[in-house]
Amino acid sequence: MSKLNLITKGFVKDNPTFVLLLGMCPTLATTTSAINGMSMGLATTFVLILSNMAISAIARFIPDKVRIPSYIVVIATFVTLLQFVMQAYVPSVYDTLGLFIPLIVVNCIVLGRAEAFANKNSVFDSALDGIGVGLGFTVSLTVLGLVREALGSGSAFGWKFMPGDGVLVFVLAPGAFLALAYLLVLFRKFIAKQ
Amino acid sequence: MEYILIIISAVFVNNILLSQFLGICPFLGVSNKLSTAVGMSGAVCFVITLATLVTYLLQRFVLDPLNVGFLQTIAFILVIAALVQMVEIVLKKISPSLYSALGIFLPLITTNCAVLGVALTVVTKEFTFGGEAHMLNLGESLVYAFATSLGFGLAMILFAGLRETLALNNVPKAFKGVPVALITASILAMAFMGFSGLV
Repeated sequence: MSKLNLITKGFVKDNPTFVLLLGMCPTLATTTSAINGMSMGLATTFVLILSNMAISAIARFIPDKVRIPSYIVVIATFVTLLQFVMQAYVPSVYDTLGLFIPLIVVNCIVLGRAEAFANKNSVFDSALDGIGVGLGFTVSLTVLGLVREALGSGSAFGWKFMPGDGVLVFVLAPGAFLALAYLLVLFRKFIAKQ
Repeated sequence: MEYILIIISAVFVNNILLSQFLGICPFLGVSNKLSTAVGMSGAVCFVITLATLVTYLLQRFVLDPLNVGFLQTIAFILVIAALVQMVEIVLKKISPSLYSALGIFLPLITTNCAVLGVALTVVTKEFTFGGEAHMLNLGESLVYAFATSLGFGLAMILFAGLRETLALNNVPKAFKGVPVALITASILAMAFMGFSGLV
């Protein structure tokens, strides 16, 4: 597989949100606006790249039987690191995303890439894989956030293009399910061509 | 009275699946059949309550006195993973029938974000059940955890029942599987929004 392919496959073919349907909790919970979705995606990408690199470097020293707990500890370490970085530099984003930052530990995308890719590929390839899948996740979350923000509050990335409030339900919980369902259908129909 | 408020709030108003979005993976993954949904709900209920008890004590009597609160995420996930493993071993010995009924769901619960989510919520968030904002004490935390898992079970079982009926219907090709399930979940979430403002 070419190096470029490692990066681009996360956008369509192995898109974590629309094809693999992984990491649904942050996808639904944090996409109340485009900015929030993008922040969550970038936070996950940060953890994904670092944990992929670390795991691919140490994978051959880990006995097979305890590999999953070991991976979880590595991931939890980077999540803690991310919490410090975010608290220091972007405290407002940290407060908005709240509980979902520590919950990156149990995001199936991160553990899934460790198990499916990082533990049998080189450090460099694993970093590229982390970037690709992470950006695919970020783009999906941004699109979902953008749709919900546009319909729900008539704005895009905080810029108001429509007077009034919009359809409030799209910012609330039911709208998350509904927007994701229709985006999934459009993705299947036009991009993945199933 | 306060306990009743906690239960109503956790089961209906702030339902963990339909308004907090924790534990969506099993919600979409194992809701095809009513019987598996019931099994999963039982296992989650058991693990959430037990994990909250242990992590609450860990936070108050180990992490807080030693001033190492930043280890929270790592410590909690390790405790939950170990706990699930232990529950599995004990259950296998004591009640093999329950063990085989829960089957694959038990190990899967480690990566269910509802468990870590509830454990983190009760030690970090302030609640205002019938009075001033305050941190939950041990009893309230346990009631909150148990009620939350009941809410998980309620939403899960309702959803599985709907999906079983839905499976018999004809849906457009692009909507098959997950999209139509998500639309069902959306309608269910709208129904649960009717409870908001109750507590």
